[in-house]
Amino acid sequence: MVIEMTERFEPKIVGFLCKWCAYTGADLAGTSRIKYPPNVYPIRVNCSGRVDPTLVLKALSTGADGVLIAGCHPGDCHYTNGNVKTIRRFMVLQKMLDQFGIERERVRLEWVSASEGERYARIVESMTEEIRALGPLNWKAKLEVAA
Amino acid sequence: MAEKIGVYICHCGTNIGKTVDCKAVAEYACLLPNVVVARDYQYTCSDPGQEMIKNDIRELGLTRVVVASCSPLMHEPTFRRAVEGAGLNPFLFQMANIREQCSWITEDRELATARAKVIVSAAVMRVNFNEPLQVQKVPVNPNVLIVGGGITGIEAALQIADSGKKVYLVEKEATIGGFMARFDKTFPTLDCAACILTPKMVSVGQHPNIELLSYSDVTDFSGYVGNFTARIRRRPRYVDEDKCTGCGQCEQKCPLSVPSEFECGLGKRKAIYRPFPQAVPSTPVIDREHCLCFTKGVCKVCQKFCPRGAIDFEQEEKYVDVQVGSVILATGFDLFDASRIKEYGYGRLPNVITSLEFERLTHASGPTAGKILLRNGKPPESVAIVHCVGSRDLNYNEYCSRVCCMYSLKTAHLVHEKTEAKVYEFYIDMRAFGKGYEEFYKRLLHEDVTFIRGRVAEVTDVPQNLSEKGKLIVVAEDTLLGIVRRVPVDLVVLSVGLEPRRDVVQVAHTFRISRSKDGFFLEKHPKLAPVSTAGDGIFIAGSCQGPKDIPDSVAQGAAAAANVLSLVDRREVELEPTIALIHEESCSGCKICIGLCPYNAISFDEAGKRAVIATALCKGCGVCVAACPSGAIEQQNFTGRQLLAEVEAICAQ
Repeated sequence: MVIEMTERFEPKIVGFLCKWCAYTGADLAGTSRIKYPPNVYPIRVNCSGRVDPTLVLKALSTGADGVLIAGCHPGDCHYTNGNVKTIRRFMVLQKMLDQFGIERERVRLEWVSASEGERYARIVESMTEEIRALGPLNWKAKLEVAA
Repeated sequence: MAEKIGVYICHCGTNIGKTVDCKAVAEYACLLPNVVVARDYQYTCSDPGQEMIKNDIRELGLTRVVVASCSPLMHEPTFRRAVEGAGLNPFLFQMANIREQCSWITEDRELATARAKVIVSAAVMRVNFNEPLQVQKVPVNPNVLIVGGGITGIEAALQIADSGKKVYLVEKEATIGGFMARFDKTFPTLDCAACILTPKMVSVGQHPNIELLSYSDVTDFSGYVGNFTARIRRRPRYVDEDKCTGCGQCEQKCPLSVPSEFECGLGKRKAIYRPFPQAVPSTPVIDREHCLCFTKGVCKVCQKFCPRGAIDFEQEEKYVDVQVGSVILATGFDLFDASRIKEYGYGRLPNVITSLEFERLTHASGPTAGKILLRNGKPPESVAIVHCVGSRDLNYNEYCSRVCCMYSLKTAHLVHEKTEAKVYEFYIDMRAFGKGYEEFYKRLLHEDVTFIRGRVAEVTDVPQNLSEKGKLIVVAEDTLLGIVRRVPVDLVVLSVGLEPRRDVVQVAHTFRISRSKDGFFLEKHPKLAPVSTAGDGIFIAGSCQGPKDIPDSVAQGAAAAANVLSLVDRREVELEPTIALIHEESCSGCKICIGLCPYNAISFDEAGKRAVIATALCKGCGVCVAACPSGAIEQQNFTGRQLLAEVEAICAQ
């Protein structure tokens, strides 16, 4: 008899990366050949401040298990203070997630400078592990049942 | 009408091809909606690769193109030009990064291939919604701002000014010249530093196209490539630069002597002073901290003796705004603070000195008129030179400071030339990589210098036997012999490394540029764009980018000048059209966006009760777009629909 191994859950995470810091940092991780889990799929934006909360909710409701928003460290924003606006928006978003019954850990806001390839890789690693422990979100299926 | 999309999967040699099954990705892409052709190719950025794309556009009538290859930071401009060359609007192109953020992050071929498919599908779904955009062309102001008047900034300023362009050279100190002005000889040729530097300083001072703003710094910087405004703070010298002839009467008559910063405190200067006699500009400054007029309200001797009436105790800080099209940052470095390494005893043991203090001791116009002397005025009988102080050390700086090995050899040579002293060099590895450097090292090997391979553990004045009494004992493991050695000497010279300047964070903020892990300014590309930054029109040169010797600094200064001149002679630049636009009919006039814009680009049209964006001021951050509750604002090339298409494609798999 063949005992089938349960397949390990691979979370799908959408990553919004600002092009000045986080995206360049992620590039650096690759250039430095740092290995990290392939679970975060990058979407390049000019500034983390461009990330509309509805995009985050849309990602979660269409099948993502988590969303990473990554921008420049506070004070380093290429657009002076776009990331500060991201922080404010993120705090409101977290409260909204609570009300939806979605674990806060599924949406992360992180700062990654253009020279922090290692940091980016470690963030992806820890986030992937954390969401793997939480299990799939399955929001999409729930929404479909509700509809 | 359905779009016709062409997808090109690049192998990048083995960079992508080794981990990603490019053929399989191309076959997968073929099946995505609206894709009419998908090919994999060895080097898509090559001429034949670009030709292939152009041919497909012409022959298959492609309306959209996706290239999956390296990071868009690398070749997005290349492929945009290619599609434009075939008559397609360059913004109907989308790049998918399957190298930096895919093939290089894992060795698992199956995982990498699966990831590449998702990344490609996101780009394909997005490109359907890409819109043709027109780049905005703006004129380039030919004036240039250079920050930092060391050898790098001087070289850049002269190159640009000689071509007939106006240069504003801002220097924080009272004189230009930087560190090089304080050196005695330069390796490996042993040229006298002043002999090669001071003529250039004079040229800067006299050049009709250079406006030298010394004793000044840039406090605010705004605008975009081709059109920057810099606010420069001019600190008061209390001496009118226009009236002063630099005769030096004031300096002679000033009754107050204080330690000179230029001489590392080894010599004295007056309260009204020029850092050194060949200073440019030759106008002195009054040191407010010490000057008796400012501290006690007495004296004013300088004012009495100034034949031109140039002394002005009422002078105040001034701000000037200059308009420039490009900037070169040549802000240099700081020396590592040797007192941080307690075991070397710097600051506690008087005859432990830094290499810069040594430069001043051996300098003909220094405090000892070029004599290498101990604090007690006697010449040393033995000298130890300690390499890598603050460099190649995980406790301080991990990087190699690149110049210390060579200047340490120069130190050894000068000690040997000027004294009878026995010389010991404690090194980890001898790095003599430049032209003529290895030869210089060989020369020193024959000059009776004792080279000991090993990092120095400590410098102590506690003797263990009679021969060590009254000496400084340098303790190090001789890694070639495998023994611990204690070498008694009279003088220890610490070859301190180079560090980012103390104000590097502030300068990076002012000019909105990034720093690398070591804290120095980050270049756009370490090999292909070493003097460019992520900010268009902002260049970096010299040791502000990382430790450099004089030849490399001069080369970078000239390189940055060439970059600037190329920009200026283009006369106009294209701006990314990723700006925000308001759909008037959807705007409810809530004004939320207005307070968020960091550039005050949004105003309120009271008559129409709508927000209006001044497109020339918009830099395209997209903050207003994300905030608009009625979805009335869109960011070009980052529309909600485009980003959503990416999200949906990623989540659909």
